[in-house]
Amino acid sequence: MGFFQKLKEKWTKQADTVTEKFKEGLSKTRTSFAGKVNDLIARYRKVDEEFFEELEEILIAADVGVATVMELVDELKMEVKRRNIQDPAQMRDVIAEKLIDIYRAGSAARELASLRIQEDGLTVILFVGVNGVGKTTTIGKLAHKLKAEGKSVLLAAGDTFRAGAIEQLEVWGERVGVDVIKQAAGSDPAAVMYDAIQAAKARGVDVLLCDTAGRLQNKVNLMKELEKVKRVISREIPGAPHEVLLVLDATTGQNAMSQAKLFKEATDVTGIVLTKLDGTAKGGIVLAIRNELNIPVKLVGLGEKMDDLQVFDPEQYVYGLFADWLDS
Amino acid sequence: MAFEGLSERLQQVMSRIRGKGKVTEADVKEMMREVRLALLEADVNFKVVKDFIKQVSERAVGQEVMKSLTPGQQVIKIVKEELTALMGGEQSQIAVAKKPPTVVMMVGLQGAGKTTTTGKLANWLRKRHNRKPLLVAADVYRPAAIKQLETLGKQLSVPVFSLGEHENPVEIAKRALEQAKAEHCDYVLIDTAGRLHIDEGLMDELRQMKEAVKPDEIFLVVDAMTGQDAVNVAQSFHEQLGITGVILTKLDGDTRGGAALSIRAVTGAPIKFAGMGEKLDALEPFHPERMASRILGMGDVLTLIEKAQAAVDEEKAKELEQKMRTATFTLDDFLDQLGQVRKLGPLDELIKMLPGANKIKGLANIQVDEKQIARVEAIIRSMTKEEKMHPEIINGSRKKRIAKGSGTTVQEVNRLLKQFDEMKKMMKMMTNVPKGKKKGFRFPFM
Ligand SMILES: Nc1nc2c(ncn2[C@@H]2O[C@H](COP(=O)(O)OP(=O)(O)OP(=O)(O)O)[C@@H](O)[C@H]2O)c(=O)[nH]1
Ligand SMILES: [Mg+2]
Repeated sequence: MGFFQKLKEKWTKQADTVTEKFKEGLSKTRTSFAGKVNDLIARYRKVDEEFFEELEEILIAADVGVATVMELVDELKMEVKRRNIQDPAQMRDVIAEKLIDIYRAGSAARELASLRIQEDGLTVILFVGVNGVGKTTTIGKLAHKLKAEGKSVLLAAGDTFRAGAIEQLEVWGERVGVDVIKQAAGSDPAAVMYDAIQAAKARGVDVLLCDTAGRLQNKVNLMKELEKVKRVISREIPGAPHEVLLVLDATTGQNAMSQAKLFKEATDVTGIVLTKLDGTAKGGIVLAIRNELNIPVKLVGLGEKMDDLQVFDPEQYVYGLFADWLDS
Repeated sequence: MAFEGLSERLQQVMSRIRGKGKVTEADVKEMMREVRLALLEADVNFKVVKDFIKQVSERAVGQEVMKSLTPGQQVIKIVKEELTALMGGEQSQIAVAKKPPTVVMMVGLQGAGKTTTTGKLANWLRKRHNRKPLLVAADVYRPAAIKQLETLGKQLSVPVFSLGEHENPVEIAKRALEQAKAEHCDYVLIDTAGRLHIDEGLMDELRQMKEAVKPDEIFLVVDAMTGQDAVNVAQSFHEQLGITGVILTKLDGDTRGGAALSIRAVTGAPIKFAGMGEKLDALEPFHPERMASRILGMGDVLTLIEKAQAAVDEEKAKELEQKMRTATFTLDDFLDQLGQVRKLGPLDELIKMLPGANKIKGLANIQVDEKQIARVEAIIRSMTKEEKMHPEIINGSRKKRIAKGSGTTVQEVNRLLKQFDEMKKMMKMMTNVPKGKKKGFRFPFM
C-alpha cells in the first residue's frame, strides 16, 4: 500500500471535526502548495532537472528555507535514481514521505508532540516569543482547552510592559472563566510569576499558564529578563516550568530559525506553537527548526476564537498540505 | 553554516570578485547564483529574486563590468543600485491633505504592530512636525486593543477617540473624523484591527471605512520578519484597498528584511517608515539606500553618521566619516569620539550599526560597561600628544607613566593599545570588505 493510501485510511477512520478543521485551516495552503505540485506533475512528462527546479521553488515559497530545500531535493534526486522513477506522478508519495522524514528525523515524535501535563501536582507552562506572534491569545485558547478537559487553570500576567497586555489577558480569563494573577503595569515580571506560583499552590490548581512580554531575540537584556523569570519558576517548583512553549507566527520567514535558536539558548524551549495557520502562510520553517534544533511543534493556532487551537500531528499537517492529492 | 545571512554571503562572493583584476562572465554567473541564494535566505520572494537576478546579470555581464578598471566594485555598485531601485529609490514623506485633517488608515495582519506604530506616528507628527493628531481606536475585536491605544495616548498626551468595543468600526471612524474637524486636528490616525487578507468580511469592513472617511494615506503595516507570504499579503491588501504606503516594523531585530524588497516589488507602494524598537520614538523614515546597505552588509554607516550629526557638529561628523573610511584614526579621535558617541545613545546599539559588526565574534551581543569607558578615557588623557598620534612609540616606561597618571595598571594600558589596534583594523574592514580571517575582538569597556 502506498504511503498516501495509508495516510488516507488513517484519516478516514479518524474523520472527525479536528481533521476537518485542520483541512479547512490549511485549505489555502493546500490550494497553493499541493495545487502547484499537481500542476507541476501534470505539466511534466519526465522527472528532470527542470522538474526539480520548479519543485524547489514551490518549497521555498512555503518558507521551508533554502538549506532544507536543497537537502530535500538532493535526497529526492537520489531516491529517483535509486528507484528509477521516471513518471512524475510517482513523485507524490516520494515527496510526502521525505517531508515527514525530515520532520521526524532522529526521534520518536509521538510523545514529544503532546504537552507534558503532570499526573498530579501543578504543571507550569511558560510562553515565550517575539512581539505579536500570538502568545496571549494562545494562552486564552489553551486555558479553554484544558478547562474543557476538566483541569483547573490559572493565568499569570507576566507581560507587564506592553500597554494593555494585562487587560488583554484578563479579558481572556473572563471569556474562559479562569482567574488571572497580576500586578500593576510596569512591575517586575519575575515577581508576578512568584505571586502566581504561590497562588497556584495555595489553590491547588492543575495548570498555571504564564504570559510574558514579546521580545526580539537579539535584545540581550530582555532575554536575560526572561531567563530570570524562568529561574524564579524553577526555584519555586523543582522541575518547573514543565513546558516552555515558543510561539511562532506562521507568516515568519527564515528569522524564525534565529528565534528558535536564541529562545532555546535562553529558556530551553521544549515545544513550538505555530500560530496563524488560518492565513495563507505555510510555516514551512518548522521543518528546518525540527531538523536542526530538534524542537517539536506541539500546538497550532488556526484562528482567533477560543477553540481555534489544535494539537499538532505531523501526519495531519502533511495530510492538510497534500489533501488534494489524496482526494484525487 | 546553513542559514548564513545575505550580507555574509554577498561579502564572501564580492570579496572574491574584488580580489581579482578582471571579472569573467563565469564569475558573474557564479556570483549571481550566490546572490540568488542569499536573497532567498533573506526572505525575498522567489519571483522577485528571479527578476532581480535577471536585471543585475544583464547589467553586470555587459561592458560596464567587463571593461571597467575595478570590476568587483562595479558589480557591488550595480547590485546595490538595483537593490535600492527595487525598494523604491527616494525616501517618501507622509501625505498632507489640502484641507485638514489628513486622514490615515493603518491596516495589516494580526500582530504586525499597527497599534504601536499608530502611537509612534502620532508622536512623530507632533514632535517633528508640530502637528496635532487624533488617535482613533477602531480595533473593536482584539481584547484590550482600545485600552492599549488609550494607554499610548496618555503616555504621549495625544487625544484618543473611542466609542468602546460595541460600536461599528466604520461608524467610529466617521465620528472621529467629525470630532477631528471640530477640534481642528491636523491628522486623524485610525488604528484598525489586524485581519487576514483572505477574510472577506473584515476586508469589506475596511473598504467601507475607506469609502466613509476617504483617507489620504492607507498604510500597510508589515512585520519585517515576514517570509515568502509577504507578497500575497501585500498584493491582496493592495488590490482590495489601494494602499498608499508601507511601514516596516521590528527592524531592530536581526532579520534580513527581504520582505521589504518583495512588498515594494509587488505593490509599487513606497515604504515610508521603519519601526526600530518598542519605544514610542523608535520610528524612522525609511531609507531605501540604507536598507540596501544593511542587506548588503555594509552596515548602516549613513544612519550612524546622521545620528552623529544630530549630536555632534557637522564638521566633526564629516571628519569622523573620513577618518573611519581611511582608517587614519588616532587615539585622540577615539577619545573625542567616546565623548561624542556617548551623547548619541546606548553604545551597544551604535556598535551594532557599524558595518561588519555582525561578523565580529562577540560583538553582536555585547553589553557596554559605561564605567569602563571612564577608565579608558583616563588612560588616553594621560598620554602625550605624540603618543596619541603614534601609539607605536609607547614603550615599557611610557606605559608605566601612563598607568600611574590614569590610576590604572600597565595591563589595562596594554589592553587598550591592543584593542585600539584591532579597532583600526576593523575600521578598515568597514570599507574594504575583509578577505582575511576575522578575529574576535572587544572594546576595553565591554
Ligand atoms: N488569524 C489568526 N490570528 C491570531 C492567531 N493567534 C493570534 N492571533 C492574533 O494575533 C494578534 C496578536 O496576538 P497576541 O496574542 O496579542 O500576541 P502576543 O504574542 O501576545 O503579542 P505581544 O504580547 O504584543 O508580544 C491578535 O490580534 C490575535 O488575535 C491565529 O492562530 N490566527
Ligand atoms: Mg501578549
